[in-house]
Amino acid sequence: MELLIKNGVVYDPKNGIDGEVMDVAIRDKKVVDRVDESKAYVIDASNKLIMPGGVDLHSHIAGPKCNIGRMLRPEDHYKDVEPRTQVKRSGVGYSVPSSFTIGYRYAILGYTTVFEPANPPLKMLHCHHEFRDIPILDKGCFVMFGNNWFVMEYLRDNKLDECAAYVAWTLDATKGYAIKIVDPGCVEAWKWGDVEFLDILWGRPEEIDEPVPRFGVTSREIVRGLCKVNKLLNLPHPIHVHANGLGTPGNYQTTIDTMDCVKDLAEEDRPAIHMTHVQFNGYAGSDWITIRSGAHEIMKYVNANKHVTIDLGQVIFTDTTTMTGDGPFEYKLHLLTKNKWTNADVESEEGAGLVPIHYKKSNFVHATMWTIGLELALLAKDPWRIFMTTDHPNGGPFTHYPRAITWLMSKEARKRTLDKISKRARSRSDLDNMDREYSFYEIAIATRAANARILGLKDKGHLGVGADADVAIYDINPREVDQSRDYKKVRKALSKAAFTIKEGEIVVKDGDIVKSIEGRTYWVKPNLPSDLMNAITSDLTKKFRDYYTVEMENFKIHDRFVTRSTPMPTYYG
Amino acid sequence: MVIVQNIVCPICGCACDDIEATVEGNKIVKVKNSCSISASKFLNFWKERNLSSLIRKNGELAPTSLEEAVEKTAEILVNAEYPLVYGFALSGCEAQAVGVELAEEIGGVIDNQTVTCHGPSALGLHDVGMPGCTLGEVRHRADLIVYWGSNFQEAHPRHLARYSALSEGRFRKGRKDRKVVVIDVRKTPSARVADLFIPIAPGQDYELMSALRMALNNDEIEEESVAGLPVDKIEELAEMLRSCQFGILFYGLGLTMSRGKERNIDQAVSLVCDLNKWTKFVIMPMRGHYNVTGMNEVTAWQTGYPYAVDFSHGYPWYNPGETTSIDILRRGECDAALIVASDPLAHFPKEVGQNLCKIPFAVIDPHMSMTALAADVVMPCAFTGIEAEGSAYRMDTVPLPLKKVIESPPGILSDEELVGMILKRVKSKRRR
Ligand code: SF4
Ligand SMILES: [Zn+2]
Repeated sequence: MELLIKNGVVYDPKNGIDGEVMDVAIRDKKVVDRVDESKAYVIDASNKLIMPGGVDLHSHIAGPKCNIGRMLRPEDHYKDVEPRTQVKRSGVGYSVPSSFTIGYRYAILGYTTVFEPANPPLKMLHCHHEFRDIPILDKGCFVMFGNNWFVMEYLRDNKLDECAAYVAWTLDATKGYAIKIVDPGCVEAWKWGDVEFLDILWGRPEEIDEPVPRFGVTSREIVRGLCKVNKLLNLPHPIHVHANGLGTPGNYQTTIDTMDCVKDLAEEDRPAIHMTHVQFNGYAGSDWITIRSGAHEIMKYVNANKHVTIDLGQVIFTDTTTMTGDGPFEYKLHLLTKNKWTNADVESEEGAGLVPIHYKKSNFVHATMWTIGLELALLAKDPWRIFMTTDHPNGGPFTHYPRAITWLMSKEARKRTLDKISKRARSRSDLDNMDREYSFYEIAIATRAANARILGLKDKGHLGVGADADVAIYDINPREVDQSRDYKKVRKALSKAAFTIKEGEIVVKDGDIVKSIEGRTYWVKPNLPSDLMNAITSDLTKKFRDYYTVEMENFKIHDRFVTRSTPMPTYYG
Repeated sequence: MVIVQNIVCPICGCACDDIEATVEGNKIVKVKNSCSISASKFLNFWKERNLSSLIRKNGELAPTSLEEAVEKTAEILVNAEYPLVYGFALSGCEAQAVGVELAEEIGGVIDNQTVTCHGPSALGLHDVGMPGCTLGEVRHRADLIVYWGSNFQEAHPRHLARYSALSEGRFRKGRKDRKVVVIDVRKTPSARVADLFIPIAPGQDYELMSALRMALNNDEIEEESVAGLPVDKIEELAEMLRSCQFGILFYGLGLTMSRGKERNIDQAVSLVCDLNKWTKFVIMPMRGHYNVTGMNEVTAWQTGYPYAVDFSHGYPWYNPGETTSIDILRRGECDAALIVASDPLAHFPKEVGQNLCKIPFAVIDPHMSMTALAADVVMPCAFTGIEAEGSAYRMDTVPLPLKKVIESPPGILSDEELVGMILKRVKSKRRR
């Protein structure tokens, strides 16, 4: 099928296109130079905003945590339902939507690619199960390695090559995409409820140089080791790090220490580390009374250091569900809020926890969190190294992206909210003095082009010839709208795409799903020199028995479970 | 002769994945690593098996073609106003997913065996959460293992050896490094392996847990004894719970199905949450059927809720007590049913079962269950995990692949295929 999108106002930052009126031609799932207009299906996009399909590099959409979230919170679903239609399966929202609904709602926002950022290796099949039921979107899953016994032991013993081989084997066996590190070493300590090591009683962020009890390796060594492994395996995405001390006043310094600990490992300008949901890791002050933003300090470092990328983890004022591989953090949150709590430690590797939360404007801490996310974005000098996320659903459901985007695009929009938040939070924040407004071009970078680049997806996040034909068309003329004053118009347009095109097929029209197709699953297939793989095989086989309660054969995920399996080969060395 | 290794046992929630079967011809002649329940299943499941679709004519079940059975089932479901699709705890996740879609398509209710076992656990989770872990965590770390209202030695024969007291882990080398406490109303075979058996007065679980929480908090307990236990003993037990390094509370139907039900689970979770102020403590339901956990998982990611999901409004609606299969049958609202891989007539309360028998219903099952004998249509299916592949979730939500070890008898399809055929038939009838 051929498709011609005519006369749209196109933002395609990768190709330097900044609001030009032009056509986009599509044939066989790809963007092409031209198509025969008389034969093609033509979409008149005059006065409409065109961007590549949205790419989200960090959103909890599938796997064990998400499903615990659904089961934990029936009250989350009751008021937000999706009836079955001719093309749609039914489902529910709100902060932990059912799988079908996730696919539809992202597509309606104009997103076509979303990565799940945290699954434990042992439960990766669960993630693939749910991927099968998330329609339309292309997906991939990051695998957690930061508290993994094999990894910690290999690194403690200075066996970097073996560690690389183990990681490669696991990514291949579980069909994962990248190395995720969550609270390195600390989740292992949490499995003993080691509140002292975790400084839970004192409310201090965990340091990165304390050796993990019983393993004798520090967080710094884990992050550095896995950063080297990442390089050895030439993975498409850098290590994706959830730093220690999340959600704890004073943690901004831990965040800077973590970024800095791999600085010498960076090659030229290539990012060596991605720091995720930095808002949650960007607190100055020493307790919940003195807490203030650490955004200035963090962004000073990020702006000066090209080996780092970050995403926001912006807070939305709403009722949502926190879920993370950071079990100890969720326990702290449970103690703090007294809200219901679920914990899910996984043998020999990782863990997870969940607690519902309601972010309120009047709450000083919540309001401060809200300001920090926006400050981070507004202080960023290089939009290619900062990505808009809410760390769905931790900061708020992804369905609120248009709201977060307009906060970035409009000082007026920010002021409207600032007027309503805790006065103390407002007076301590710099946000009132920040005049910057993101342009449509910068938004296109922060919501698709840069995300695709950092994920190593060459055919995504742009509209050049050869790109995947994933396109979002919004009913707003970016050249005419006063984005600052009419931010509500912008928000409305971004909330319901006029068209979303996925692989050349129209899946959304006028803000509604018109067709549902299956998305791809990306995973990396590292190729190892056979002597290296052989070197660890016997060790791995033996330890696997000792560490797990499942057989190795059953840990490996068969291709039949992977929806539209799309392996990306990488090469060692 | 072929030896198939690493088979996931499709029997109980332990989902032991190290079963080894020796296959000769198309028959399993020997199994290794199985417990007795599992071994007898693997070796005997094919005996006395119905291999033909059946349909009730003039009051008698008579052989029919598969096509006619599917057609009749589709007709029953399409003509119903409030149909029920029930079962799947002994199916793979793939069949379960098709089952949910079928219920959605016909605007009925999808429900599973959770309603007769761990429904209260789901409600407890909704109320207060569930701090847990995988079974390997218990193996590596637990020095205190409490079984409450669970006769694991009979229901999950390998639990103790593979995952708990007898297993050898990184930080615990075996039985001597651990203490086992069994709390139950009678001295079950499981109680005999315990270091400490605590007999509890029937229906007094909630009271005992409350007393334990009070003891932990150093509150004065006014009574001399609670749930048949002297207060000193309760304080001793509280001290034992508090002073371990890693404790786990495994609980079974003795807690979910006795007086108090979901309030028992609320209280058990709250006790475990309290204990985390002193030490590491986690909790886990002992799930019975090997993939009842999977059915909760599949239903939850597809609909948002773990069981008892009502599609009659066109979207998922959930209200246990109202939308649960037992309740819609008891109220006589349900007017047709498809029962898959389960035997509700053997497990539902009598009057509920009688109501099921009053409405037209079809059964898909490898065996002629009690429910199948009363059905209007019966479709035999392959034994998932032995004759058909799939996947399942162990009681601790670890997902595992299911194997096809041998071929099913000629013409016998998997439940996934059969439910899929019915769904297709239903769709085409509804389009018309
Ligand atoms: S304990 Fe359960 S899963 Fe394990 S072999 Fe016995 S019946 Fe099968
Ligand atoms: Zn996250």
